[in-house]
This record gives sequence, C-alpha cells and structure tokens, in this order.
Amino acid sequence: MPVSYAEGGAAIVSDTILSVSDVRARYGDEHILKGVSIDVPRGSIVALLGPNGSGKSTLLKAIYGLNVKRSGTILFRPQGREAVDLLRLKPHEVTAHGVNLVPQLANIFPDLSVYENLEIGSIGDRKRTVERIERVVGVLPLLRHLLRRRAATLSGGQRQTLGIARALMSEPELLILDEPSAGLAPNIVDGVFAQVQEINRRGVSLLIVEQKARQCLAIAHYGYVLDQGRNQIDGPSARLLEDPEMIRLYLGARRRQPESH
Amino acid sequence: MLNEWHMGSLLLQLIYNGLVEGAILALTGLGATLVWGIQRVANFAHGDYMTLGAYVAFLLDVTWSTNPVVAAIGTVVATAALAVGLHFILLRPLRGRGLVALSLITVGLGLVLRNALFLVAGSQPRQYAFNQTAVIDLGFVRVAPAELWTGIAAITAVPAVAAMLAWTPLGKTMRAVADNRDLAEISGIDTDGIGLYVWIVAGALAGLGGAMLALVQGTFDPNLGFNVLFLILTVVVLGGIGNAFGALLGGLVLGVVMEVSTWPPFFGGVPTQYQPVVGFVVLILLLMFRPQGILGRARVL
Repeated sequence: MPVSYAEGGAAIVSDTILSVSDVRARYGDEHILKGVSIDVPRGSIVALLGPNGSGKSTLLKAIYGLNVKRSGTILFRPQGREAVDLLRLKPHEVTAHGVNLVPQLANIFPDLSVYENLEIGSIGDRKRTVERIERVVGVLPLLRHLLRRRAATLSGGQRQTLGIARALMSEPELLILDEPSAGLAPNIVDGVFAQVQEINRRGVSLLIVEQKARQCLAIAHYGYVLDQGRNQIDGPSARLLEDPEMIRLYLGARRRQPESH
Repeated sequence: MLNEWHMGSLLLQLIYNGLVEGAILALTGLGATLVWGIQRVANFAHGDYMTLGAYVAFLLDVTWSTNPVVAAIGTVVATAALAVGLHFILLRPLRGRGLVALSLITVGLGLVLRNALFLVAGSQPRQYAFNQTAVIDLGFVRVAPAELWTGIAAITAVPAVAAMLAWTPLGKTMRAVADNRDLAEISGIDTDGIGLYVWIVAGALAGLGGAMLALVQGTFDPNLGFNVLFLILTVVVLGGIGNAFGALLGGLVLGVVMEVSTWPPFFGGVPTQYQPVVGFVVLILLLMFRPQGILGRARVL
C-alpha cells in the first residue's frame, strides 16, 4: 500500500478511494444496515461477502443513493480532486464524480442495441464516445461482434459483460459490482472474474458483492464480511481464506467430509 | 367488374385513411408511452391535451386566419407549453406518490380541462376553414384538402419522430430512461430533469394529433380527445408499455386495421360506429397471445 503524504508532511494512513463510515440504511421501517464501515484502498479489489439478507446489496444502494434512506459518511476521494461525501449526491452525480455501478439484475437496457447501451454509458464530452467504445471493446472483446444486436437477445454472460462495459464507458475510478456471477454457468463465472482482474490491472478500483466467496477472495486483495447489517470479519483475502472462523461460518462446504450412510 | 374496381379503389382509400388515423394514434400514443415509461404517470388527460390543441388550431386558423403551417406550429408550441406547465405546477410536486395516485389526478385534470373548454369555447361543433367539398385527385386516391394536409402531417411527423428517437442523443436518452430508469440514473442521466423534455415531446405531439383528428373528423367539440383516450391507451399497451417504437408501430397498425375492417368484402364490413370495438378486439387478442406488446419484452418487474 503506497503511503501518501499531504502537504505539510502529515502522513495519511492509507490511500483509500472510498471510506464508508458507520452507515445505516433502511427501506421504510425496515432497518437493514445498523452501522457498517468499509474502506476500499485505491487500485485494489475489495470483496464484500456475507449470507443472504446480510445487507451487502443494500450497502451498494446506500453508496449510490438508490431507493434507500441512509445516514453516516461515504467519502469518495477521486485522484487529484477533493474528497466528496456521496451521501449528499443524487445517483447521476455520483457517476459524474467517477464512480459506476453494475446492478445484479436489470443491468442493461434491453430495448436498446449493444452499441446504444454503450453510448448511454458515456458521460461528459460526447465527442469522445466513439473512442471510449473502442477502448471498452478492447478490454471486453467478446462484445465486438455483438454491437448491432438488441441487448435483450444476449445470453446471461454477454449481458453481464455488457453491464460492465456500460459502466466502464464513464471511465470510473471506482467500479462497484453487485453479484456479477449471479445466475451464470460456472465456466462463464470464471470469465467474468477474469474480466474483473483485467479491469483492475488497468487502474480501476473495485468493490464487489459476491455469494461465491472463495472465488471472489481468490481475485480480491481484501475482504469484508457483513452479517445482519453489521461488520463481522475483515482482512486481506489470503488471511480470510485460511481463517478457521471464516471457513466455519462463511466459506464452509469445501473442507467438509462427505457424509456416508 | 365495375364493382371489383370500385372495391379495390375503396380499399386504397381506407388504407390511406387508416394510415392518417394511425399516424394520429401513433403520435399521441408515443407521447403517452413516454410519459408512462419515464414519468410513471398514465396520463388520462392526454386526450384533453389533444382537444386543447384542436382549439388552439381553430383559434389560429379560423379566428386569426393564419395559414395551416403557422397554425400547426402555433398549436404544437401551445400544447407543449401547457404540458410542461402542468408538469411543473401539478405533477412534479406530486411525484413519488405512486402510479395510481398520480394517474387518478390526471383523470381529474382531464375533467377540468374538458369542462373549461366547454365553458370558454362552448359545446357547438366547430370546423376549420377548409373547403369540405373540394376534391384533390392524387391518382390512387381522391382526398379533400383537409385529408391532404393530415396526410402530409402524418408522413412528415411520424418518420421525423422515429428518426429523433433512433438517432438523436435526446431520443436515445428517453428510450433508455423508459427502458430502465435506475440504470439510466446510474449511467449519469438526470432522470428527473429529463421530465421537461418528455412533456415537451408528449405535449407537442398531442397538440398536433388533436388538430389532425379534428381535421379528419370535419367537426369537433370539447369531447374530441376524450373520445379517443382509450384508443391511445390501447396503443400504449399494443406497442409494449414504455416502448417508443412499439407505440408508433402499434398506432399505425391499429389505425389501418380499424379502417380496413369497414371494407365490405371483409365480412360485409364492420359498421363505422363499431370501429373502436375492432380496436379493442385487436388489443384483447394481442394480450392473449403476446401480452408484452408488439415490440415489448416480458418484464420481470
């Protein structure tokens, strides 16, 4: 982790692109998050894990301000610009600051063509749209021969790739993925995780919610486990994969002996 | 032999009329579908926006004797302004109250507009300053001057609107918001701010459609648009709710089917007053066999 120094020489403990502090979130009277804190170091992949209903997806919605009441602090620190509290912003403003999100479901515009999906993803200077599409297709080449297709006709894996490509069109510094592997066949899931690593190699920080904890930790640098709306365990991925409590509670299965009758 | 020739010529005439009526339904249905898909309002006042357009056109055409093109432009501007005004004054402050509450408010809004027109303009039938008896021979069909103007409006407006939706940034943005609102917002689109443009388009097209409908009918009164409201909502459903191209196609198909159904060789021809029944039969059949609409897709929602 590079330690950066602010003017005057005071050390900033770590260079985090996203700091979520004590965030609470609710739908109506249903309190889902009861005080969650996570940090995403710049340039890293962070896995956000936990059982169903633990509040993982709600945290993503809270970061983006989508259909959820929230409180706390969510500081986003774009490179070379002032930090901004995402809690004060509307979703489209969050995107304008350099974040993007690929929701779990409904992550494409089905009635639009693949090319139009990418065009819609482009923000700011429209003249750069074509150049951006070229670059994004370079990162995710399987889209190249699909550009004219109506997005509704794509397969599950192609949709997921298009969802990620659409998000990359805004050239985000932080990309948030909500269960990118959901509903995909195992061989396709490997492909999606490979795409995630490729995007990270190009300098994008990633925050990923996943059910497939082992696979996600295998590509992540750091992991957080949420349970019942609170932080449970966190640490570097390598350590989490070895942690006995982590294995017993959240990774399970792999090491269990098959029961014989 | 003579009869066959007559029937063929009549069929062409019916198809022409059907395309003009279809264009009216397509343009107004497109506005309603965009409003529904983007603003989450089933606008039951849409027919009354049309009526208002017809009266503004009457004011310009008859009272002030401007030429038809100026009258059409003035009408479109006036109804767009009305729609935008009501968006900011009435509908926008109430957003977030849910589809049902907002839609019921538009029922009341339509009632108020309709009765205001009865109060101001009176209930007597009106007609534009076109010669109703003159006939222009276009070779394949013979049309009255009013029909010629509506035909011209139809073949200009429908392709223009389709091109706007297909190729302009605004058109693509509106289709994206109607398709997946949350994802549009995540993609950096101010989905609240787009409401202004949606109402401009919907209001302008309602005004144009209203003036065209009044021309096609010959005479009209303040019930003009309300009488076709359910056909417009049919177009919205036919096309696949929120699907702009679907609404254009659905409107044209519905217009042609309703007109052609009166052709005598078609089971003796459906009596004119039962045309709307044909429209709703089409709707029911479609909902039975293709519930997502012509161009719609099955929604998980």
